Amino acid sequence: MSDTHAQTVAFVRETQIPPAPPPTMETGAIKWVRENLFSGWANTLLTLVSIYFIYQLATFVLPWVLNGVWNTSSLSECRDVLQGVTGGCFSVLTDRWNQLLFGFQYPSEFYWRPSLAFVLLFLAAAPVLFFDLPRKLLIFTGLYPFIAYWLIWGGTILAPILALLGFVVGYFVFQRFVKESFAMGFFGAIVAAFLTWWLGGYVVDAVASEDTLLTAVPSRDMGGFMLNMILGTVCVSLSLPFGILLALGRQSDMPIIKWICVVFIEFIRGVPLITLLFVANVVLAYFLPPGTTFDLILRVIIMITMFASAYIAEVIRGGLAALPKGQYEAADSLGLDYPQAMRLIILPQALKISIPGIVNVAVGLFKDTTLVSVISMFDLVGMIRGPILASTDWNGVYWELFSFAALLFFIVCYGISQYSQWLERRLATDHR
Amino acid sequence: MAMTDPISADRTAMKVSDEVAIEITKMNKWYGQFHVLRDIDLTVYRGERIVICGPSGSGKSTLIRCINALEEHQAGSIVVDGTTLSSDLKNIDKIRSEVGMCFQHFNLFPHLTILENCTLAPIWVRKTPRKEAEDTAMHFLEKVKIPDQANKYPGQLSGGQQQRVAIARSLCMRPRIMLFDEPTSALDPEMIKEVLDTMIELAEEGMTMLCVTHEMGFARQVANRVIFMDAGQIVEQNEPEEFFNNPKSDRTQLFLSQILGH
Repeated sequence: MSDTHAQTVAFVRETQIPPAPPPTMETGAIKWVRENLFSGWANTLLTLVSIYFIYQLATFVLPWVLNGVWNTSSLSECRDVLQGVTGGCFSVLTDRWNQLLFGFQYPSEFYWRPSLAFVLLFLAAAPVLFFDLPRKLLIFTGLYPFIAYWLIWGGTILAPILALLGFVVGYFVFQRFVKESFAMGFFGAIVAAFLTWWLGGYVVDAVASEDTLLTAVPSRDMGGFMLNMILGTVCVSLSLPFGILLALGRQSDMPIIKWICVVFIEFIRGVPLITLLFVANVVLAYFLPPGTTFDLILRVIIMITMFASAYIAEVIRGGLAALPKGQYEAADSLGLDYPQAMRLIILPQALKISIPGIVNVAVGLFKDTTLVSVISMFDLVGMIRGPILASTDWNGVYWELFSFAALLFFIVCYGISQYSQWLERRLATDHR
Repeated sequence: MAMTDPISADRTAMKVSDEVAIEITKMNKWYGQFHVLRDIDLTVYRGERIVICGPSGSGKSTLIRCINALEEHQAGSIVVDGTTLSSDLKNIDKIRSEVGMCFQHFNLFPHLTILENCTLAPIWVRKTPRKEAEDTAMHFLEKVKIPDQANKYPGQLSGGQQQRVAIARSLCMRPRIMLFDEPTSALDPEMIKEVLDTMIELAEEGMTMLCVTHEMGFARQVANRVIFMDAGQIVEQNEPEEFFNNPKSDRTQLFLSQILGH
C-alpha cells in the first residue's frame, strides 16, 4: 500500500454496535408466507393452482374415507348400506383382518403366538437400534430369534435350543482357536456348529415327543403380513453382516477371497430377484437329495438374503472408499490388527456414511418381500390377490385392500426412514 | 501478528546413548518401476533427534513410513529395537506398537472423543484396563496442555490442538521411538509453534525422534543430526550447525538457499 492515503484511511473501532432485533415484517409466519407462497405473480399463480388441486383431491378422498362402511360381511351388503353414496367398503378389512395379518391357514387359536413374537421384536430390537440402552439387554436380542421361531412355528422346544447350542459351541471353538490363527478359529467354529446340529438332530428326533407345549405349525400355513414381517426382519438382519463381510472381502488382499466376493456380488446383482425366488421354489429341489424337506420359507430367506447382501456390500464399499487412507494408516500405526482396525475404526465410520444407502436397500428389500406372492406364498399381497379377492363375498374391492396394504408398508418403511435420520443425527460427530 | 518467540530448547538435557534404536542397511524401495528409495543406510541411536528434509518427492516421507511398515521395502533390512521388519504380521504389529507416528493430517478418529482416541490402542493392543488407560491418557493430554478438551470430538478442535492430541495418542502407547511426518505442514503459522513446543518438550525428555519437516528453526535448535534427501538418496547428513552454515553438496546448498532465501 502506498503511504499517500495512510492518514485518511486509518480507522480504529472503539465501541461495539449492540445487537438489535430485525424489523417485524421480516420475521415469523407472515414473512414465511410472503416469501414462499406469494413472492411474485408466478409463485402466487402456482399457489392458487395447488390449492385448487388439493381441494379437488380432498373432495374426492375425504367422503370415501369418512363415509366408509366398517361392519358388513360382504361387498353386496356394503353396497346396500351405501345406497349409491360415495364411500369405501372398509368392512373387508374388519371381516378379513386375521387373514390379512396371519394368512388363511394359520390356526386361529394360536394367533397370540406370532402377536407375542411381534411385540417381543420391539424389545429385542431396542438395544440394537438405541445404543444408549443398557448393553445387558443384548442378551435378550441374542435369544430372540430362537424364542420367536419357537413361538411362530411351535413344535418341540429342543429344536431352537439345539440351534442355539450350535452357535454357543461355535463361539467357544472360535474363542479357543482364534489366538492361534483367525482362519482356524473361523472355520473351526463353523465345523463345530454344524457338527453339533448334525449330531443333535438325531438326538432331538429320538427324544422329541409328538405332544409338545406349542403345537407345531408348518411353514406352508404362514401367510399375511406376518410372512412379510418374518421375511423382512430376518433378511435385513442377516444381509447386513453378510454384506459387511462381502464388502471387506472385495477389498481383501487375498485373491481367492476377493474373487469369490466379486463374482458373488456381480452375479447376484445381475439377476432379477424373481428369478432367484423361482430358483428357490422349483429348481433347488432338483439339486437336493430326494426325500429331503428343505423348508420353502428357509429357501426364500436364503435367496432374499443373498440378493440384499450383494446390494448392501456395494453400499458399504462406497462407505469404505469414502474414508481417507489416513484412517487406515493411523489404525495401523497404533498397532491395531486387521479385525480390530476394521471393527473399531473403519467400519463404524464407513457404516455411518453408508446409513442412507443401507436404509434404502432395507426399505426396498422389505417391500420386495411381497414378490413371494408370485411363487404361491400367501403374504399380504398374495392374500389380497388370492383368497380375498377371489372369494364371492369380496370380489372387486381393490381400492380398500390395496390402500390398506400400501398403508401398512408405508408405516413400516417410513418408520425405518425416520429412525435412520435420527441415527445419522445422533452419530454426527464431525461438525462439518 | 506478534512475532513468534524464537524456539528455545535445552540441549544439555538431550543425551544420545550409543545403543542402536533403528538400523537401516541397503534399503531399497520401488513403486512399480519407479525407484523411490535407493541404498538407504541409516543408524539411529537411542535419544537421537533426527530431522529429515529435502524437496518434495525426494522420498523422505516414504523412508519414515517404511520404518513402521506403512510402506513395505523390497530390498535391504530395517531393524527396529532389535526386531527385524519382515512380512510376518506379528513382527509388524509389535514394531508398530513400539513406534509412535504423527501424520501431516493428524488422522485422529473423528467418531471417537479425544479421550477415546487416546485410550483405544492401549486398551485393545496393550490390554490395559480402561481406568488405567484413561489415567495415562489424561496424563499425556495434560502434557500437551489440552486436558479440558478430553470429552470433545476431534472436529471441534483447532488444527494445532488436533496435532497435539495426535502426539498424545501416540505417547499413550509408551513408544520408544517417535516418527513425525511433516507434523506442522497443514497448520496455520500461529499453531505451528504450539506443536513444535510439544515436540521440543518430548525431545528434552530423551525421546528418540525422526522428523520430516521444513521447520529449519526447529532443526537448528533441537536436532542433533540433519539429513538431506534428494531423488531417493541420502545426499548429506551432518550436525545442524555444520549443515546449515557449511553445506557440502551443491544440491544441499541450492535447497537451503531456496527455503531460507527470503
